[in-house]
Amino acid sequence: MHLLVCGGSSCSAKDSERISHQLKKELVKQGLDETVQVIMSGCFGLCENGPVVKVVPDGTLYIQVKPEDAEEIVEQHVIRGKKVERLISSDPIPKKQLRIALRNCGVIDPERIEEYIARDGYLALGNALTKQTPEQTIDLIKASGLRGRGGAGFPTGLKWEFARQSKADQKYVVCNADEGDPGAFMDRSILEGDPHSVLEAMAIVAYCIGADMGYIYIRAEYPLAIARLKIAISQAREYGLLGKDILGTGFDFDIDLKYGAGAFVCGEETALIHSMEGNRGEPSLKPPFPAESGYMGKPTNVNNVETLANVPVILLKGAEWFSSIGTETSRGTKVFALAGKINNVGLIEVPMGTTLREVIFEIGGGIKDGKKFKAVQTGGPSGGCLTEKHLDTPIDYENLVANGSMMGSGGMIVMDEDDCMVSIARFYLDFTVEESCGKCAPCRIGNKRLHELLQRICEGKGDLGDLVRLRNLGEVIKDTSLCGLGQSSPNPVLSTLDNFYDEYLSHVVERKCPSGVCKDLLEYYIVEENCIGCTACARACPVGAISGERKEPHRINPVTCIKCGACLEKCKFDAVILK
Amino acid sequence: MNKINSLADLNRIREQHQTAISVRGQGGDAENQVYIKIAMATCGIASGARDTMEFMTEALKKRGVDARVIQVGCMGYCYAEPTIEVCLPGGEPVVFGGVGREKADEIIEKYIKGGELVDGIIPVNYETIQSKNIQNG
Repeated sequence: MHLLVCGGSSCSAKDSERISHQLKKELVKQGLDETVQVIMSGCFGLCENGPVVKVVPDGTLYIQVKPEDAEEIVEQHVIRGKKVERLISSDPIPKKQLRIALRNCGVIDPERIEEYIARDGYLALGNALTKQTPEQTIDLIKASGLRGRGGAGFPTGLKWEFARQSKADQKYVVCNADEGDPGAFMDRSILEGDPHSVLEAMAIVAYCIGADMGYIYIRAEYPLAIARLKIAISQAREYGLLGKDILGTGFDFDIDLKYGAGAFVCGEETALIHSMEGNRGEPSLKPPFPAESGYMGKPTNVNNVETLANVPVILLKGAEWFSSIGTETSRGTKVFALAGKINNVGLIEVPMGTTLREVIFEIGGGIKDGKKFKAVQTGGPSGGCLTEKHLDTPIDYENLVANGSMMGSGGMIVMDEDDCMVSIARFYLDFTVEESCGKCAPCRIGNKRLHELLQRICEGKGDLGDLVRLRNLGEVIKDTSLCGLGQSSPNPVLSTLDNFYDEYLSHVVERKCPSGVCKDLLEYYIVEENCIGCTACARACPVGAISGERKEPHRINPVTCIKCGACLEKCKFDAVILK
Repeated sequence: MNKINSLADLNRIREQHQTAISVRGQGGDAENQVYIKIAMATCGIASGARDTMEFMTEALKKRGVDARVIQVGCMGYCYAEPTIEVCLPGGEPVVFGGVGREKADEIIEKYIKGGELVDGIIPVNYETIQSKNIQNG
């Protein structure tokens, strides 16, 4: 028998080490330490109910265990086989995560098509080709409520219908694997862990819209994903699941790869198509939509990787099953790349409607080093920062937008009290300014000016008027930019202005950075109580800004100080601080 | 590799390989083999999963353990890479995190050979949709 004691950060903070110690002691007392092992495990994702102890093999889960419960667990459960009822949760604890798009990741060998087939792979395609008309299949996807997982959340079935209705001699299916949000890697993980699910879905789309050729637009920085896709495509061809007369139904479809150079704007579908054609990766006005005139001027359907990964399962398990998961407007699940100041950094998949609190404090195991939660950034450079007051908001497309952020491709970066929100906004603007393609003026010039304003504020040169200018300019860029990049790039600025206005005020009025991040706004101080007057700092100061008698507390003259930090380095008594 | 020419063909191949796959992650292995899955996505490999895989494959062979080591995609535990899942014959799969050579050695000696768990277990905190109840139609 084994007793698993949770050693995750949250349970550790609640004394799980002592529980483990106490359990071992009780086992020794009973002479059972040879037969029963106590093991520290990783996070169970039940942090709110911690500390957690699990008994293996019977699977009993004890919650909110205290060190003094150890005796009872050993005497009752281990010796008599009687569960300690009072420590068992009365309600079954549901698992917060549900893997649909990631169903095969970490389960099958991505380089063996047989394993995918064994997990019902290509069955959805087979069923569609032999038993359903394209219209029926499109209706099923429409009924399921599946929406684009790349960020904007356009209904997938509707997109297919538009492409189907376009009349042309040639149509194309494109998979958008140009994952560009900083910190997002769900598409890469799907392509690396389950490439066939995307290939199968593309074939299904092709059948629905009447295409016989598909392309995966993938960034060249994803060599492993590319290698596994190539293997997958060649295996599917060998089995006849791609190529001519698939499954003897007369349906032809093949897939090829197109490599992107890693420009963020190429995730926008019109820019992506131009890049595929060998032109500059710049967006163009819609309409015409790709469904009417896309790759090579032909009707083209573009879907994101994660969207496609959902398709085969929906066909197999039905629209009703899929639409039973999630919220009224957003069905199914969403994959998030959870990162930042959080204990369990990871790739997670949760039903839509899960709250940010559940994601951050249960699945994510809470904030690192017991610090205070400050904000969570969703949607990458196009999204915004959500705060404490949004923690209990169910995550779906509409709620995120209503709160000034967006779903984006699913990056989720958690920030704690040490992060300066003005700097964060500037960081995202750095990225947008770099990635703007330069075609339209609002995005090219506007974002540059936004960035300059933020830079001034971070340097302590901003004034109250700058805060008004930030907001006005941000709104104008959103309203007038050509594509999604510019239409959303001011979001990080606007949402931090909304939610952390006080912090902006401190920067421009008091010229202070409350989190101590903006270097130009910090000053060096000597803490009198800690200073013993050793004069080490004064001797190190290159500009003679430090004065004071030997064996008396010293002082720094902020006017002369050039903030080089030499005093901080020299002080052995933690008397010099930055504040 | 024979071409799959019809839906019936596809179903046949599916059933043929299903038994082999289902033993993993469900226990009840007919061949009495230990299954080890190693998360080998870009991030896993960057944290040393390839080294772990090579080490385990070799060590298991040398120490006479009948085992199959296979690569899989991302399991989602970025904070605990390299991550592996071990399934003993007839047992439930167990996930271990932070498995470098040293940990791999401990897992082979204690868990695989003796059934004794070691520190570093990651409780699986997600549910994966079961493809079993999919209508074959």
